[in-house]
Amino acid sequence: MTPASSSEALRAPLVVEFPFTRSLGPVQSAFLTGLRERTVLGVRTTDGRVLVPPVEYDPVTADELRDLVQVAPTGTVTTWAWNPSPSRGQPLATPFAWVLVRLDGAGTALLHALDAPGPRAVHTGMRVRIRWASARTGAITDIACFEPDPDQPAATGEPAPHSGEFTDPVRGIVAPARLDYTYAPGRAQTRFLAALAGRRTVGERCPSCRKVYVPPRGACPTCGVATAEQVEVGPHGTVTTFCIVNIKAKNLDIEVPYVYAHIALDGAGLALHGRIAGIPYDQVRMGLRVAPVWTEDGRYPDHYRPTGEPDADYDTYKELL
Amino acid sequence: MREVAIVAFAQSDHRPDTADVSEVELLLPVLRRVLDDVGLTTGGIGFTCSGSSDYLAGRAFSFTMALDGVGAWPPISESHVEMDGAWALYEAWTKLLTEEADTALVYSCGKSSPGNLREVLTRQLDPYYLAPLWPDSVSLAALQAQALIDAGETDEHALAGVAARARTAAEDNPHAQLAGSAEPARLLDAPYLVRPLRRHDCPPIGDGAAAVVLAAGDTARRLCRRPAWIRGLDHRVEPHALGVRDLTRSPSTRLAAERAGAFDSPVDTAELHAPFTSQEVILRRALRLGEDVRVSPSGGAQAANPMMAAGLIRLGEAAAAIHRGGSDRALAHATSGPCLQQNLVAVLEGDPQ
Ligand SMILES: [Zn+2]
Repeated sequence: MTPASSSEALRAPLVVEFPFTRSLGPVQSAFLTGLRERTVLGVRTTDGRVLVPPVEYDPVTADELRDLVQVAPTGTVTTWAWNPSPSRGQPLATPFAWVLVRLDGAGTALLHALDAPGPRAVHTGMRVRIRWASARTGAITDIACFEPDPDQPAATGEPAPHSGEFTDPVRGIVAPARLDYTYAPGRAQTRFLAALAGRRTVGERCPSCRKVYVPPRGACPTCGVATAEQVEVGPHGTVTTFCIVNIKAKNLDIEVPYVYAHIALDGAGLALHGRIAGIPYDQVRMGLRVAPVWTEDGRYPDHYRPTGEPDADYDTYKELL
Repeated sequence: MREVAIVAFAQSDHRPDTADVSEVELLLPVLRRVLDDVGLTTGGIGFTCSGSSDYLAGRAFSFTMALDGVGAWPPISESHVEMDGAWALYEAWTKLLTEEADTALVYSCGKSSPGNLREVLTRQLDPYYLAPLWPDSVSLAALQAQALIDAGETDEHALAGVAARARTAAEDNPHAQLAGSAEPARLLDAPYLVRPLRRHDCPPIGDGAAAVVLAAGDTARRLCRRPAWIRGLDHRVEPHALGVRDLTRSPSTRLAAERAGAFDSPVDTAELHAPFTSQEVILRRALRLGEDVRVSPSGGAQAANPMMAAGLIRLGEAAAAIHRGGSDRALAHATSGPCLQQNLVAVLEGDPQ
């Protein structure tokens, strides 16, 4: 973390990134497999409307829908919005129009992008056609975008029934998601982290119940009031409880087994977490007296080691378990 | 049925960036004010319910941190909605109606500043057909605005008028993030953000917190000189596929209003959660608001739109108008999701003055 220029609060980049894996029902599977094969399917409701994109249950009647039909790759824009600055993940990297398009044969509209030279080239009611992606996997992005198609008259007549059967149907999608944040821990945790970088552990005392919170989060969860008075605790503390970890964590360079413990620093009103080292894992015990160990450039303790003091009496830490 | 009222309301000053404080640090002064207002401590509250979203914070179970602010130890009766706090208020209201509690604290907190809000909100869309295209919240609102313009129900000049009115009204709201506006004609000189929306058609992006206290029957009368009685409260949702809906209408708002009793007799004030100017046009029509109704005298969501709190603030502002004696029968509306996806309507009344 780095101090912000405008204030003392810490900030750090935080990236949340995950491949969202989702399974498909029979209708969504047929629709997305169809896109892979350049075929657009809709679903007919019990009262005769054709929904594109199709859903498995009627949004009006809640009827189960399975009656697939094939609609045209051409359609009419029902509304639009000109997007002058596309962002990451959107269908086109150059300025484009978001459009809702009612494909010929459909009774509802599909959201996608329209590749057009500028907003003057776009209007509600304009005729458009699908531009297929060159590599298609069975996803809504198999439609690369729409493109203007002014000469194509709207197809008439009822859309033809479709079995929805394809070889090698798509059963699921993986939707990658990435969001970028700037994490700011706030006043209390900033003060705590700043003190740790100076090899001091600082808690905050509740003005009401007098308990000292380490690490502090700015509020006493018992009293629901702000904590403000800073209190230096430790450096020595007592192991109140612990566990032996036998699973090697990804990207963590610590040999297993190792001990993870709750440590009540002297003067603290509750225990914090830390790794215990400098003692065989099977000799760690409740009441063991420990002290933090910083690595050379560490901004926080790397682990806690035994101090060699006699074990703490149970009565001195039983309230902190 | 048991009478339930909003007896206190507090909100933070809404700001574009609050990196200097954590969520609970942002929330604590608001909780303090709302509880002091009725002379209660967190321990004296029967039920607590909050609204927030992990996607704003970028952290799982982020609401548990904010729980420190309400004294969650020893254990309290508590719940959370991953939505605007207006829906947390709905849950608390039912808790009081069923006599499981006599008082409730409802709060919500939203910090948009840690992430890119327009991108973050794409994650609440249908994951199969919409989210993979990353259509941002302003673009979706722009589709709705264009549909409204095509239908001949508004134009860009009229929308600028909506923005100017809201932000001029916000000059009297010390908590607002934006206040004051140029003349509507001048606003049209600005470039489009996503055509047909310009910056003034869109809500400010910011951080904020809000809290209200609910109480039932005689408890409400004891805690508040003029309680804002909740006469009706209902929420409804549209089909989630945008292309299924007529984007120029809000049938869910109309239905929620009917079920809440909004049309039984006229209201004098309406706090609308209309983040985009075009949405105010749609909501006024859905709620059949006449020219004589004071609409969002606080400036509404166009002046401050802290995500997950802006809807609760509409209920709080409407209640506060009744507490002050400035309104006798007020309507409050909250929305969530793209293009007025979900809508909640409450009808509040004060005792005769
Ligand atoms: Zn305390």
